[in-house]
Amino acid sequence: MRRTRRDFLRTAGTLTAASAMIGAPIEAYAQAAPAPQSAPPPPAVPALGKMTVHTLPPLPYDYNALEPYIDEATMRLHHDKHHAAYVNGLIAAETKLAEARASGDYEYVEYWSKKAAFNGGGHWLHSMFWKVMAPPGNGGGGEPQGMLAEKLANDFGSVAAFRAHFAAAAKAAEGAGWALLHYRFTDGRLVILQAENQQKITSWNTVPFLGIDVWEHAYYLKYNNRRADYVDAWWNVVNWGQVETNLTALMGAMKA
Amino acid sequence: MSYELPKLPYAYDTLEPYIDAQTMEIHHTKHHQAYITNVNKALEGLDALAAKPVDDLLRDIKGVPEDKRQAVINNGGGHANHSLFWQILGKGKGGAPKGELAKAIDAEFGGYDAFKEKFANAALTRFGSGWAWLGLDKGRVVLLSTPNQDSPLLQGITPLLGLDVWEHAYYLKYQNRRADYIAAWWNVVDWDRVTEFYKAAKG
Repeated sequence: MRRTRRDFLRTAGTLTAASAMIGAPIEAYAQAAPAPQSAPPPPAVPALGKMTVHTLPPLPYDYNALEPYIDEATMRLHHDKHHAAYVNGLIAAETKLAEARASGDYEYVEYWSKKAAFNGGGHWLHSMFWKVMAPPGNGGGGEPQGMLAEKLANDFGSVAAFRAHFAAAAKAAEGAGWALLHYRFTDGRLVILQAENQQKITSWNTVPFLGIDVWEHAYYLKYNNRRADYVDAWWNVVNWGQVETNLTALMGAMKA
Repeated sequence: MSYELPKLPYAYDTLEPYIDAQTMEIHHTKHHQAYITNVNKALEGLDALAAKPVDDLLRDIKGVPEDKRQAVINNGGGHANHSLFWQILGKGKGGAPKGELAKAIDAEFGGYDAFKEKFANAALTRFGSGWAWLGLDKGRVVLLSTPNQDSPLLQGITPLLGLDVWEHAYYLKYQNRRADYIAAWWNVVDWDRVTEFYKAAKG
């Protein structure tokens, strides 16, 4: 089937809508965001190409809303410091790459490309992370329902098997990383993958739409070394409604 | 034969206020212990390997069967790295290297201050979990950082000084402020001990 320009625009539009739903802050959303800590300066030389204004999205709830499972101090640091640093890092990397395009000097392209991947991954994953959590008993916790429950049971054998697999991947991630539930658009199934740091051991034909951050900063103040306890507790704040919304958006945007 | 948790050469609160007592205790009794438990488990039934000093195990990592290799890199590495870490720390030890090691650092890095700056930068720019190291590579002192628990021994480099920049090493006291942790850490580096390692490695 010959793809027309209209087909392309329709898909791109749906993808943008899907990603906005999942995590990427849209412009209006961005107005409410607190200013990132020490935003990098504007490009020193002409920059070539469109520059996205990446901004730190606000949390959908108060810092203490996920207590007692995730403590307020961690939420403050995690959002206001760690996530903000990824936003700033991404802006800096993309600025440098745009300057390289303008000047034709690609001496540091490897360095800044790596920075863009790391910080871009961090910004995207954390934006998604805040949204797939909700206060316990008020959107958070309980069981997945409807289409999502069916899909989890279908693809992993049962919802319980999905939970066990996901938790095992989260607990076993070496060092800093994530456990992520991805939609694989080439065959329409769900897969569980780990990420190392914010951008390694990634996969190209999948998009993550549920994840747990297992960097130590995500749990150390309350759980210390007891990552397993954190992972077990985290299920109490998973916002299954948002997760289903994420998956529906992806399935609509990227048909198998 | 299995690996055992070495005793700390000091009390948990000895390195206060630079490294807090709670971190020292959790870091030693939980994190380091977990690496030991896991490397022993990985080497179950491989008695010849389990009898090797952990440094030798890492120097000759290809000698570990492939299906156990990553577990040994992670956990044997964690054991080796932390065993070194406890030894190069001490109260009131901050200062500067002297003698032969000082000369080597001057020659290689352009002075102790320049070395500190480069080392701190390596520690800061190690994204995620890892270590910054001063090592000995074919008779030369070198600066490197490694991810996770990867030991310089895997590359044939003998570690002399290491700084753990996994978040567990500093988060309770310093939270996200890794730079503050690094700055404080210089106050408890035992350069006499590092010099001993240097002399032993040079042979």
